[in-house]
Amino acid sequence: MGYADIAQVDWARAQFALTAMYHWIFVPLTLGLSFLIAFFETIYFKTGNEEWKKITKFWMTLFGINFAVGVATGIILEFQFGTNWSNYSWMVGDIFGAPLAAEGLFAFFLETTFFAVMFFGWNRVSKKFHLLSTWLVAIGSNLSALWILVANAWMQHPIGMHFNPDSARFEMQDFWQVLGSPVAISHFVHATSSGFLLASLFVVGISCWFLLKKRYLKMAQRSIAVAAVFGLISSLFVGLTGDESAFIAAQKQPMKLAAMEGLYRGANGADMIAMGIVNSDKKPGDQEDVFKAVIKVPGMLSILANRKIGSFVPGIDDLVYGNPEQGIISTDTKIARGKIAVAQLARYKGALKSGDENTATQALQAFRANEQYLGYGYFDKVEDVVPDVPLVFYNFHLMVTLGALFPLLFLVILFYLYRGKLLEKRWLLKFGFISLFLGYLAQQSGWIVAEVGRQPWAIQDLLPVSVASSNLTVGTVQTTFFMFLLVFTVLLLAEVGIMMKQIKIGPEGE
Amino acid sequence: MGSLNLTQLQQLWWLLVSVVGALFVFLTFVQGGQCLLFGVAKTESEKSLVINSLGKKWELTFTTLVLFGGALFAAFPLFYATSFGGAYWVWILILFTFILQAVSYEFRKKPNNLLGSKVYEVFLYINGSLGIILVGAAIGTFFTGSNFSLNDYNLVTWHSSTRGLEAAFNPFNLAFGLFLLFISRILGALYLNNNIDHSGLRERTRNAAFKNLLFSLPFLLYILFSLATMQGYAINPETGKVFLEEGKYLHNLLAMPIHGLGFLVVGLLLVIYGIVIAKFKDSIRGIWPVGLGVVLVVLAIMFIAGFNNTPFYPSSFDLQSSLSIANASSSHYTLTAMSYISISIPFILAYIIYVWSLLDARKLTEEDLTGEMSEDKY
Ligand code: HDD
Ligand code: HEM
Ligand code: HEM
Repeated sequence: MGYADIAQVDWARAQFALTAMYHWIFVPLTLGLSFLIAFFETIYFKTGNEEWKKITKFWMTLFGINFAVGVATGIILEFQFGTNWSNYSWMVGDIFGAPLAAEGLFAFFLETTFFAVMFFGWNRVSKKFHLLSTWLVAIGSNLSALWILVANAWMQHPIGMHFNPDSARFEMQDFWQVLGSPVAISHFVHATSSGFLLASLFVVGISCWFLLKKRYLKMAQRSIAVAAVFGLISSLFVGLTGDESAFIAAQKQPMKLAAMEGLYRGANGADMIAMGIVNSDKKPGDQEDVFKAVIKVPGMLSILANRKIGSFVPGIDDLVYGNPEQGIISTDTKIARGKIAVAQLARYKGALKSGDENTATQALQAFRANEQYLGYGYFDKVEDVVPDVPLVFYNFHLMVTLGALFPLLFLVILFYLYRGKLLEKRWLLKFGFISLFLGYLAQQSGWIVAEVGRQPWAIQDLLPVSVASSNLTVGTVQTTFFMFLLVFTVLLLAEVGIMMKQIKIGPEGE
Repeated sequence: MGSLNLTQLQQLWWLLVSVVGALFVFLTFVQGGQCLLFGVAKTESEKSLVINSLGKKWELTFTTLVLFGGALFAAFPLFYATSFGGAYWVWILILFTFILQAVSYEFRKKPNNLLGSKVYEVFLYINGSLGIILVGAAIGTFFTGSNFSLNDYNLVTWHSSTRGLEAAFNPFNLAFGLFLLFISRILGALYLNNNIDHSGLRERTRNAAFKNLLFSLPFLLYILFSLATMQGYAINPETGKVFLEEGKYLHNLLAMPIHGLGFLVVGLLLVIYGIVIAKFKDSIRGIWPVGLGVVLVVLAIMFIAGFNNTPFYPSSFDLQSSLSIANASSSHYTLTAMSYISISIPFILAYIIYVWSLLDARKLTEEDLTGEMSEDKY
């Protein structure tokens, strides 16, 4: 196994980040708007009121436009594992491929088949079947989230498998363990509920814009009435599941948690950072202050991370340099043992080839004794295992701050809506409109926390990104990076243009 | 299912992957239709009919392609890693044409769409032509081989600087791509012939199907002749060593009298039969025999590429690096787990067929696209 050219790996990472972040512009809206449309159509079905059908169709048009770009960006992600991360694909394909295939089978077909009924079925199937189809699209989209997050969670916390030295890859041993991983569950509920939240912000935000422009007043207020309730419930759920995600990160990926909180020195009764400005000169192991300015909540981090007052939360320095008192092995030791694992694996392979069974057995034993640190064998410096702290820290705090803001927004909007005073509160309508963009910001931040926070690992503790990539030249990956950048940007601009036009045309244009 | 041994599972999964691949080729009637758009639709309203008819189905084809990728990843990860990471440019270009397709239906007629409807129609054309030719060329390498080698850890090195594009310059692969192109155009013509109730379009699609059959014949003959005579890649079942064998693919055909030669001949006859009834009997049902025929032909091709001790993804650079269903597959555990998952396939097919029989019960007409209840979406 060789190291890939570092610049090439960085371009491949940039390309994955680019395509994933573009995909994630469209995905959360699909996840949530599909349910909102199902709610609108259910009300239409129950009341028979044509107004609600108009509302359903209006949001459905926007849904369709968004969906198309979601699909266009998704196919690249799926095949990118093969094109840019082929070593990864081989080494973990035995485990990772299964959820992707299951996603196609169980989720995508459900989504696309009933999507067709949703759009073409109005005059061709019964009202009841149409409603059922709309619900199935919502369920299908969210099922696809389940499978892809199972796959992603497995990278954050690999379980249910073992390393097979003969094929030099990881092989699955327990499908249910992969599927039921606590990381998968917490990421699934957090990512889908954040999608519901974003879609609610979308419907509320656009409706606020209509109210500001004094158009479609009735339709906009009805939309808000449904979406703000859904948004309020979802945002509470987002907070709960986000807390759970952080708790699980503390248990399974302590380095990620330390980066999220900018925690260098572990402590009993560690403080939570409410807000802070990171000192960019700070390096692991030095005596510099972490923050230039900071507001802390004393002792809170221990409660959130371990659900236990005064408990120990390890910091970056503990994880890098070890902390014998707390039983934390230093990264130096892990690297040394990882290098033994890598060397013994090569020795095992060589012995097998030359038919030397004795050596092969010995080498295999030595490998097994150290295999849990295999991935560390590819690093040279202990500091290599630290992710980009400021990036993770700021994005985490941005997400959480916004996460605290959104439920308040929905509450206030609902309050004035029921008092019949929403139209007069122009500041609130403006704020509702702006929150739409804040929602997208929080979404992107969330993935940056999750993915940058686990660097430099493609698979936590097992496979560093530098070993995971394909054997390509820098120029090749650069070229495709700019190809995707160009095409996706053009598609995004076209999409935004079309969306804005459709919103201006409004429900009357149906 | 839990009692199947590894070899049986590998064969089962090659079969399943082949079925998904064959269904995908059948569903490229969408691409074929896109490619015919400028030819068969003379007026704006005819164009709308064609695009609305295809636009309902494009996602089905697209999703089948995604599933094909997912199934290959799960069942034969070494192929996924080797081919996608190695023959990089072919796959990237294919994917690109599918990105263009995915937005074109939705965006084409919407106001303020940045590029103008003409550009989106060209996107559809690129996907229907270049996309399909490249898919065909990539499949052609199952027989002609590629320039790669694998190291002790099964990591791939590609030895052509064009990274996969060289496939498109090999005459056999190119012929394969063009043959697939004409097949998809035949399917597209017959699908439109069936799906749209419009006399002008019916007339023109019927003729298009027949014309494309004539175009495809020289390529078909060339491919069949080459397959029967070319040196093929074979695995010695005792030693596992790969070697070159004269007439290997002909031997495979004959070794599988039913699912090899039989499928191929019956499939081709069905294709011709379907086109003949469309052209000379004015039947709108030509798509069904042709569709079934295409599925059988693709199955036969996949079977002779993968079964009977044949490496399905041979390396012409280093024979021993060639991939076969035995050395490229997932573990016994994963294949078994996936097999349980695959039990759902008939149910999924059933609901897809049911839904489409509902939606297509009434043919698309010009009236559908106008008036209060207009279905004109694209
Ligand atoms: C939490 C949800 C989620 C996440 C993390 C991802 N996706 Fe996604 N994906 C969806 C949720 C989704 C969706 C909601 O189901 C989409 C978005 C818009 C759409 O049309 O369906 C979709 C579409 C979509 C498609 C097109 C499917 C079709 O044919 O309709 C593909 C191939 C992928 N995705 C693949 C991926 C890959 C390989 C990902 C990871 C690297 C990924 N997605 C992350
Ligand atoms: C199954 C799902 C996913 C898998 C397997 C996955 C895997 C990966 C891989 C292999 C990389 C490149 C290695 C690297 O980080 O340097 C990466 C990077 C990244 N991914 Fe994911 N990802 C998934 C989903 C997503 C999604 C949906 C997003 C949403 C936007 C996302 C955001 C990112 C970001 C921002 C990076 C860049 C981090 C960096 O390179 O520093 N990921 N991911
Ligand atoms: C209330 C406060 C919130 C908390 C405590 C919170 C917590 C977290 C944590 C800890 C992670 C990283 C999980 C990991 O990788 O281990 C995460 C990821 C994420 N967050 Fe949040 N979050 C909050 C609000 C939000 C909001 C408002 C949104 C969007 C509207 C959002 C969207 C996401 C997304 C998309 C991810 C990546 C997917 C995932 O890892 O589940 N979060 N969040």
